Amino acid sequence: MSNMQSLDVVARSATTTPTPQVRTAAPQVAKLIDESKCIGCKACQVACMNWNDLRDDIGTNVGVYDNPSDLTPSSWTVMKFFEVEPKEGNLEWLIRKDGCMHCEDPGCLKACPSPGAIVKYANGIVDFHSEHCIGCGYCVKGCPFDVPRISEKDNKAYKCTLCSDRVGVGLEPACVKTCPTGAISFGTKDDMVAYGNKRADELKERGFQQAGLYNPQGVGGTHVMYVMKHADRPELVDLPKDPSISPLVSLWKGVAKPLAVAGMIGAVVAGFFHYMKVGPVEEKTDEKEGA
Amino acid sequence: MARLLQRYKDGDRMNHWFIALMFVLAGLSGLAFFHPGLFFLSHLFGGGSWARILHPFMGLLMVLGFAGMFVRLWRDNVVNDADRAWKQHMGDMLRGNKAGMPPVGKYNYGQKMVFWAMVVSLLLLLVTGVMFWQPWFTPYVSIPVQRIAVLVHAAAAMLLVAATIMHVYAAIWVKGTVRAMTRGTVTEGWARTNHALWHQEMTKGR
Repeated sequence: MSNMQSLDVVARSATTTPTPQVRTAAPQVAKLIDESKCIGCKACQVACMNWNDLRDDIGTNVGVYDNPSDLTPSSWTVMKFFEVEPKEGNLEWLIRKDGCMHCEDPGCLKACPSPGAIVKYANGIVDFHSEHCIGCGYCVKGCPFDVPRISEKDNKAYKCTLCSDRVGVGLEPACVKTCPTGAISFGTKDDMVAYGNKRADELKERGFQQAGLYNPQGVGGTHVMYVMKHADRPELVDLPKDPSISPLVSLWKGVAKPLAVAGMIGAVVAGFFHYMKVGPVEEKTDEKEGA
Repeated sequence: MARLLQRYKDGDRMNHWFIALMFVLAGLSGLAFFHPGLFFLSHLFGGGSWARILHPFMGLLMVLGFAGMFVRLWRDNVVNDADRAWKQHMGDMLRGNKAGMPPVGKYNYGQKMVFWAMVVSLLLLLVTGVMFWQPWFTPYVSIPVQRIAVLVHAAAAMLLVAATIMHVYAAIWVKGTVRAMTRGTVTEGWARTNHALWHQEMTKGR
């Protein structure tokens, strides 16, 4: 959403030349969400709508705590509640704060056809510059986590900005600031990975043998990570086990682009030289007229 | 003064040029989304959002226009034995040795292949395009299916562009062809040279 010159742009959608990126010492940031500490109070949802001045439409109760039931163009983070039995007869209530994962290799940015509508800053935040958004929905196809939502009102894509405007001036994201149990932390990526691993070890001591950090390498790691009690089964909380940009999207927005353009130009050039080589086909001016 | 043969009626020609216009408009706006180096083309349509809004409608009009052409021409484009004989000598033709080409009817094998390539690519473009037509139809199509659709849409568009480049080139290459679409008539000499069987048919009983 915001356009912060202070946050250097290291990647820009639909741009074939390098972006200004002279300042290389910007620390990588990350948000760490510890599912084991989350009590599902939704203060983060409130803080998000407060800071970003978002007011979603009043929806309908779908019979569970999820409210709204999914991410929307004006609900950039949503608490999702899962009643699962990781072990037979052992009911667990898992809560996950859903939202943009801020991939190191963002599929939305790869797919976006509009120059500068999606950027990645040097600190790792992936941001939508909605005034450049053309509403094509390609980011939706590029995202491995089903995060971007297109507004029916203005046909622009929206998602969590990781409060890039706050981070740019040295503040933590609004959801982090408000979390009453300390389930959400924010810092450098290295610190958050170290802290996440420490938390996972503590959970292991408490009997959660498969506890771990969700920082999927298929997308180069993420700048939003989870501490999970069942890191071996992220699908329990509706997360892909080994996410990556779909090979279809990689083909479409990768090798197909230059090949197709070269093919089109090549066909025209080939036609030009063919004509110059063999010349035109002209009517036979044969003598046996009147056949 | 060479005698002229009627090759297309006015309705055929207007139908053809309507498709051609829509092809240019849908093609330029589509290319804007395909390669960042071609995004500037979106400015011809009033910017990215307008190109995104207009592209599907122009594409749909092209398909509807082609449906009219299909009804008019599909029978003439069924491949027959004369085409198979002509196909054997296609290499000679391309090398500039057009003397020994077997006689063909209203369309030769190359023209028929262009026709069917356009039929197939437009069908694919229509079906896949609707699947990710923002915002109307995307809510009804799953994201994995949309990913297949965008890839097939791009591939079909390339097939259509390739077929059209051949189509336009052949019209420029074979002299006396363009007037068939600008005036509706061709010279008898042209017909005898390029479509001998059609010429026979047209001049039967003279």
